[in-house]
Formats: sequence, C-alpha cells, structure tokens
Amino acid sequence: MSETLATLTGVSKTYQKGKEKVEVLHNLDLEIARGDFIAIMGPSGSGKTTLLNLLGGLDKPTSGTVDVGGAEISSMSNSQLSRWRSTNIGFIFQFYNLLPVLTAQKNVELPLLLTNFSGSERAHRAGIALGIVGLEGRTDHYPRELSGGQEQRVAIARAIVSDPSLLLCDEPTGDLDRETASEILKLLQILNREHGKTIMMVTHDAQAAEYANHILICDKGTLERQEAA
Amino acid sequence: MNTIKQIIAVTLLNLRNLPKRLGSSVVAVVGVGAVVLVFAAVLSMAAGLEKTMMATGSDDTAVIMRSGSTSELNSGLSNEQTLIVANAPGVLKDGDSPIISAELYVITDVKKRSSGTDANVPFRGVQQGAFAVRDNVKISEGRMFEPGKNEIVVGRAAQSEFVGLNVGETIRFGQTEWAIVGSFDAGGSVSESELWTDIRVLQSAYRRGNSFQSIRVKLESPESIETLRETLDADPRIDPDVMSERDYYSSQSQGLVQFIKLIGYPLTILMAVGAIFGALNSMYSSVSVRGKEIATLRALGFGPTAVLFSTVIESVLLALSGGVLGGLIAFAVFNGFQVSTLNGASFSQVVFNFAVTPELLIQGLKAALIIGVVGGLFPAVRAARLPVAQALREL
Amino acid sequence: MKYFGFIWKNVWRKKIRTSLTILSVFIAFLLFALLSAIGYAFKSGADVADAERLIVIDKITLINPLPMAYKNRIAATEGVHSVTHSSWFGGYYQDPRVQFPQFPTEPYEYFSMYPELKMPQEQLDGWARNRQGAVIGRELAEQYSLKVGDRIPIQATIWTKADGGRTWEFDIEGIFETEDPRGSTAFLLFQYDYFEEARAFGKGSVGWYILRVSPDADPIQVGNAIDLQFANSPNETETSTEAAFSQSFAKQFGNIALIVTLILGAVFFTLLLVSGNTMSQSVRERISELAVLKTLGFSDRLVLGTVLSESILIMLVGGLLGLGVGWLLVQGAAQAMGAFLPGMFLSSQAILTAIAVMIGAGIVAGIFPALQAMRLSIIDALARA
Repeated sequence: MSETLATLTGVSKTYQKGKEKVEVLHNLDLEIARGDFIAIMGPSGSGKTTLLNLLGGLDKPTSGTVDVGGAEISSMSNSQLSRWRSTNIGFIFQFYNLLPVLTAQKNVELPLLLTNFSGSERAHRAGIALGIVGLEGRTDHYPRELSGGQEQRVAIARAIVSDPSLLLCDEPTGDLDRETASEILKLLQILNREHGKTIMMVTHDAQAAEYANHILICDKGTLERQEAA
Repeated sequence: MNTIKQIIAVTLLNLRNLPKRLGSSVVAVVGVGAVVLVFAAVLSMAAGLEKTMMATGSDDTAVIMRSGSTSELNSGLSNEQTLIVANAPGVLKDGDSPIISAELYVITDVKKRSSGTDANVPFRGVQQGAFAVRDNVKISEGRMFEPGKNEIVVGRAAQSEFVGLNVGETIRFGQTEWAIVGSFDAGGSVSESELWTDIRVLQSAYRRGNSFQSIRVKLESPESIETLRETLDADPRIDPDVMSERDYYSSQSQGLVQFIKLIGYPLTILMAVGAIFGALNSMYSSVSVRGKEIATLRALGFGPTAVLFSTVIESVLLALSGGVLGGLIAFAVFNGFQVSTLNGASFSQVVFNFAVTPELLIQGLKAALIIGVVGGLFPAVRAARLPVAQALREL
Repeated sequence: MKYFGFIWKNVWRKKIRTSLTILSVFIAFLLFALLSAIGYAFKSGADVADAERLIVIDKITLINPLPMAYKNRIAATEGVHSVTHSSWFGGYYQDPRVQFPQFPTEPYEYFSMYPELKMPQEQLDGWARNRQGAVIGRELAEQYSLKVGDRIPIQATIWTKADGGRTWEFDIEGIFETEDPRGSTAFLLFQYDYFEEARAFGKGSVGWYILRVSPDADPIQVGNAIDLQFANSPNETETSTEAAFSQSFAKQFGNIALIVTLILGAVFFTLLLVSGNTMSQSVRERISELAVLKTLGFSDRLVLGTVLSESILIMLVGGLLGLGVGWLLVQGAAQAMGAFLPGMFLSSQAILTAIAVMIGAGIVAGIFPALQAMRLSIIDALARA
C-alpha cells in the first residue's frame, strides 16, 4: 500500500456571488495515495475545478484543511504557496496556456527560472522533459506553429520539468480530437506508471476517465468513489 | 451603396464605438495637443516680439544714426549734425519748428519683478519733440518731466515689469537721484520698455558732453524720406544711415525673432514626429481592436476604400481635436502674458507680450492635420488590405 | 538577470506597438538632450567661470568705461594676485548680423589670467611682438576657415579710427583652444596698445578689469575693498565674481530654465501617456498568461517586477538611443551655432538626470498595469480564459 500524498479534511468552500452565497464543496474528506491516477467527473458547477484549485494551492478552503506532501497548504501565505507550488505541483490546462512569446523549449524552461540552476542546466532538464513527452524535434517552434496535441505535450513537459510529485489536469483533452486525446492520455499513464507521478484529472469525458486508476464523482459538493473500468 | 455613403457610414460606426478604445484615443489627442501647445507657446514669443516691434515703427518717422551703426548704442552724432538734420528738406514742421528729437540712451540696472535680479533697462534722454515724432505716445499718469531737472517718465510696460518705477518714487542711478514724475503709454511699442528724461540732464549725468546717438524726425510724408536721405548723404559734414522707424525696429528685432524661430520650428518638428509615432500607435491599436468588426463589414460588402478612408478620417478627427485643445490652452494660458528679455541688438530689455495669433493657431491646426493623416494612413492601409478570413482572427 | 530573456521577449509581444513606443521615447529624450544643451548655453558662463576671478565694472552701467589709472590701484589692493583688463570692441566681420566678440587686451596678462586657454608659446610671442596682431579661437578659425598669417578686417560700429576710417585690420598670429569642453572659443583678442593708438576717442580708458584673487584671500572681501577705494569718485566700481557676472546676464534673458522645464514637462507628460497606454494594453491582453506564471510558482511580487522591468527597459532602450543621437546633434549644433549661441553642451549632470528620468518614467508608466498583474486572482483569470 503506497503512502498518502494528500489529505483533505472537512473541506468546505463557499463563494460570494453578488448577494448569494454558493457552497461549492461541502465538508469533504479525501485521501489521495501517492502514485495514484484519479479522474474526477461530475456536472458543471459541481466543484471539481475547485477541488483541483484547492489541491494546487490556488485557492483556500472556507473551512477544513488541505495537506499535500506533509505540508498544510491551507494555512500558508501567498508567497509561501508560490514557492511550494513551483516544486510540488504541475498544472495542465484544457487550453494549454503556453506563453505565445516563447519557443517550446523556453516555455518548458520557464518554471526553472525560479530555481538556482544555471542556463545550461535549465536547458538540459527541459530537454529531458521534452524527450519524455516525445517532442525532441520541434523545440524551437512557437506555440502558434504547433498543433494542439503538440502544444499539450509542451505543456505537460513544462508541468513535469521541476519534478513535482502531483500533477493537476483540468480537462486536458477537452480541445483535442479523439486520436490525439488518446495519445495524450497514454502519455499521462506513462508518467503515472513509469515515473511515479500522482495525477488528478478533471474530465467530463467518460472515455478519458477510463485511463485513470480510480474515478471520483463530484456532485453537489460531495464525492463518491468509483473504480476504473 | 456608393463609396461616399460607405465612408460616412463606416466612419460613424467607428466614432460610435470610440469609447471602447478610449485609452488609445486619448493618447493620440493629448500627443497632438502637446505639440500644438508647445508650438503656439514658443512661437507666440516671436509673434509678440514682432508685434511690439511693429507697433513701434511708423513710416512717417525717420531715424538717423551714424552710418554703419548696427544700433543706437553704437552710434554717435554731434550737436552740429543734429542741426543739419533739423534744417533738411522732408522734415515736417510745426509752424516754423521742425518736429525733431535728438536722443541718447544709456543702460541702467533695475530689478526685474519676476526674477528679483538686475536687468539692463534703457534710459533715454530726449528733446521736447519726443512725443511728437512718435505716434501714439501720451502721458498716462502724472506729468511730463520738466527740462533741466532730474525727472523721469517711465514707459508703462517698464513700470509693470521692473521694481521701483512707480510715479512719486525716486530712483538712484550711481550718484544721482531721479524723481519719477509720470508714466507714458506708447501703444504697446518698444518705447514702453524705456525710461525717459531731458537729454541735457542725461548728457550731464553720464558725462556725454554734447553728443547724441540718434535723431528722430517726423517726415512730411513717407516718401519724403528719400529727399531727406539724398540731402544728408550729399552733405560732407554728416555720414548718416537714414531709415524709417519701422525699418529700424524691424532690424533690431530680427536677431531675437529669428533666434526664437530657429529654436521653435525644429523643436515643433521633432515633437510632431513624436506625435506621429503616438498617433500611429493609437491607430494600429484601434484597427486591431476593430478587427472582427472590419472583417464583418467587408463580408457585408463594404469596400476596402471605405475602410481605409474611415480609418484616416478617425485619425484626422482625433488629431484635430488635439490641435484645437492645444491651441485653446495655449491661448488661454499664454496670450497676453507679459515678459521681458535681453535684446542683443540694443543690449537692453525689451518688454513684450506673448501673442497667440490666429496665424499661429492655423499653422498649429495644419500640423495637427498632417499628423492625423500620416498617423492614420499606414494602419488604414493595413486594415483595408487584410483578407477577410485573416481579419477574423485578431491582428 | 536570468529573467532578462523572458522580459525581453515580453517587451516585443507586439513588434509594431513596441517599436512605436520606443520611437516616442527616443524623440522625448532627443528633445531632452537638445533642450538641456540650449539651457546650458544660457548659463554656461557661470559654470566655466573661475571662482578666483573677479570682474570690475563701472557701478552705474556696464557700458561706461573705467580709467586706465585704476589698474595700479587695483593691483595694489590687498588680496589681489594679478590684474588685467578688457574692453568691448563690438565690431563685425563680413555680416553685421552675425557678430562674434572682439576684445582689446594685454597678450601675456590675458593668457595668464585665463590659463584654460591654450596656444603655442611662439604664437603668443608672435602676437605680443605684432602691434596689429590678433589671435582667434579654434571655433572661429573653423567657422570662417581662417589660419595664422591671414589678414582679417573688422568693421567697427562704435570705435571709429582717429583717421576717420572704420575698418580695423589685424594679422592673425595665433589660434587658441580651451581646455574646458563647455567653454567657447568664438572670439578674437587684439592688442590694447593698438586700440589706444588708433581709436578716435575714449583714450585712457578700458571696458572692465579682470583680476585674480590670491589663494588665501576671500573674493568677496577683496571685491568690497576694491569698490571701497573708488566709492564717491567719478567712476565708482562694482566688483563681482566672474560667475555672478555671467549669471546676471543669463538671468536677463528670462527664466530659460523654466521655459525648458515647461516644454519638457509637456513632452514627458505625453510620453507617460503613450507608454502607460502601451503597458496597460500589454498587460490586459495577457491576463491569463500572467495567471499561468503564478500557477507555475511565480510570486506576486516577481510578476510585478517583470512587468515593471518591461516598462523600464522600453524607456532605457529608447532613452539611451535618444540621448546618444542627441549628444551627436549637440556636438554638431555647437559647431554650427558657435558664434550665435556659444556654450551648447550636454553636461554629465544632464545625462545622469536623463537616466534617472528614464527609470522613473518607466516606473510611473508601468506601475498600474504592474500592480494589476500582481494582484490578479489566478482562479478568476483562468476561469475567464
């Protein structure tokens, strides 16, 4: 049995929408094992993205605690969170969110600017990450010169370049065709099985969810667990 | 829809959604405004100076100095020579007496109000005909000085520009005290920057013997200056330069006026180039923001000419608003503002007012127009030439 | 500085926009260089003036001459190291409208009094030997293509000659330069002895005296002592330091510094608008990118810093270019306008001020967009995308 990487305890999140208060997560408890690959599904507005944000330290719970890798991130300051994020979390978004002004190579190196590595060290590590995602060839291209699938690979390389333990993916295949989507999902599996990355993936696509080990259904602020097929 | 109607329609559409592009538009307007403001402000100094100099010159007064003198200060004439001039043909007489004033001036130190430091003020000795030889000079306060006494009348401009020149006060130059008994108005001319006294008193106080620097006479007619000049040139006892007063003051101001223009025009051109960059920036941004809109219009059948012209028109309208704004501010703030500066030619202060003239404002608007056209042209061409499909993605 | 590449790439997001902004900055600082050089020319006398030199003029008015007899009495005053004299000749060469100054004086005394003026000794001796000799500054020599051995006729406007003529001819015996890059050499010096001998009137007088104070004496006290000597005489004197004397002239032109400041104020106000607009557009269009940076772990302050750096960088690039070209133009203008407006110079103080303004303007133009970038909420920004 692998150890626990992250724990949510009694987590609730309420937003102020004009005069109304909307409770997105209600008294949630969750344990995420290290090395697991979990897909989170549910209707929109059910709080799945909020769950991801809380795990990544982008948001704080209204009540309850969030513990990731032994650090209680729900009580950290903003600057502490920034520093923590840079080495512990990798984000992957539906629309890739690459910086258009940088080449693929430079996009992947970006998180390493926050470290003390030298220029050549940064280039070297980025090269490794790009190799893992299978993109050695087009590293000097700008995002606009790459296909959707290639952009997502770059985004994944960026997410893993500082060797984080947890990858948080928000609809990573939402903008891709079926074939490319399956390539990306296979890549995520490799990252999980061969490189030990723990992955939380929000998706509305049942077929994508099958690539994960477990499926969690998020509905009206609570979670139900389902095994992967 | 014919082209003109298209242009108008698109232009109106542009203007209606201008508020969405407020930031860039404001930048363009202010940029042009600043150019016109600085232009009008700096050149209104030259205009004001010229105005003062022009007001000083009349065609039926002649100024005689020793030949080769570039200004009164450099000139020297004897008493005998003043008599020769007084009796020359062409000089207007009042009954039997020629209307003439032989004069001499020195530089005195008086404190400027604005800076509190000393400045060179002309102190002129005149004869009784001084008021008569000049147009528009009259006592505005107090009285004329009495001959033979240490009394001064001060020009009104000098009074307001320098310290201690009020009627009733006394002023000390060197070891002599002078009483200020009156002030005079000279129609805004250079004479108002001066202090006047009886020439014999001045000659004595400054040990000038019986020498003069200049002679002013009233002419029978503007044309009689020729007769006067010929007569004097032919006379071996005198070697004169004979000029109309207008020509004299015009030459006196040339140096300073040209200097201001020499600085002012290049300065404006540089600023205008900067404003063109600013306008280009704004218009490129405007075209880019309107990208989808332009593409839609094109898809609906509006021709590229309409798009091009409407963009240029928008740029021109923005620039002209800036020009009008700058001109108005220049007029409100600077017009009529009194200053004085050192005129190299006379080595003394000349008091004048900034004059933001209609000509200057029109020149400013012309500059604004040019900036608007140039600033709008390249972005307009770009907007018009974009293939519709490409324009549907942002520029 | 590892962030430089990243910052530079962001600066050039939209090439045309950045280029035009940099060009606007360029123009602004070009104007800064030119206007400050002009402003400097108006007060240049004051800066070049030697603190130990005093000028003695007639108290009533500068244009009254002083008796030659005063020289020995001034020299004998306590605290006076050396004294010489000069006068305003006021003639012109070729064009009466473009005049450069000519001063009759004592050759060796003058060059001792102004050690910053440099001329080969043989030329100085040559001038001293030739009563009708004259020496001119390098700027004049270049402007009028004159050299040693040329004969130069000067038309007098004030000083007619005893023989009735007005043309004074001089032999150019030397060309002098100045050590001080801010000083002007657009003038001519000739021998007072010749001036005395040939002029029709005013003999036995000089325009003003120049004296050097002994190293341990107080210039103000020495000045007062001199003026006291001649108080209540027919020619009372007024002694001031050379700097004060020059400044009093500069002040007469009006507040040039104020005018320059106002014009530059208008220019920079516009520049701030242009850059501010560019920066705010630049930030507005990449809100989601900035949010992504934060997800990667870029702290709020780092994001603020990179945006602000972009703004400052734009100012520095355009500004240094503008200063550079401005410096070249000032060199050229100083040459061309040397006789007209001597002393145009881009001082190091002006350059330092310009750089400070570049940084300051970069901050002002970029601060609000940078704060916006710093404060944006990651979640909201990403949700909007």
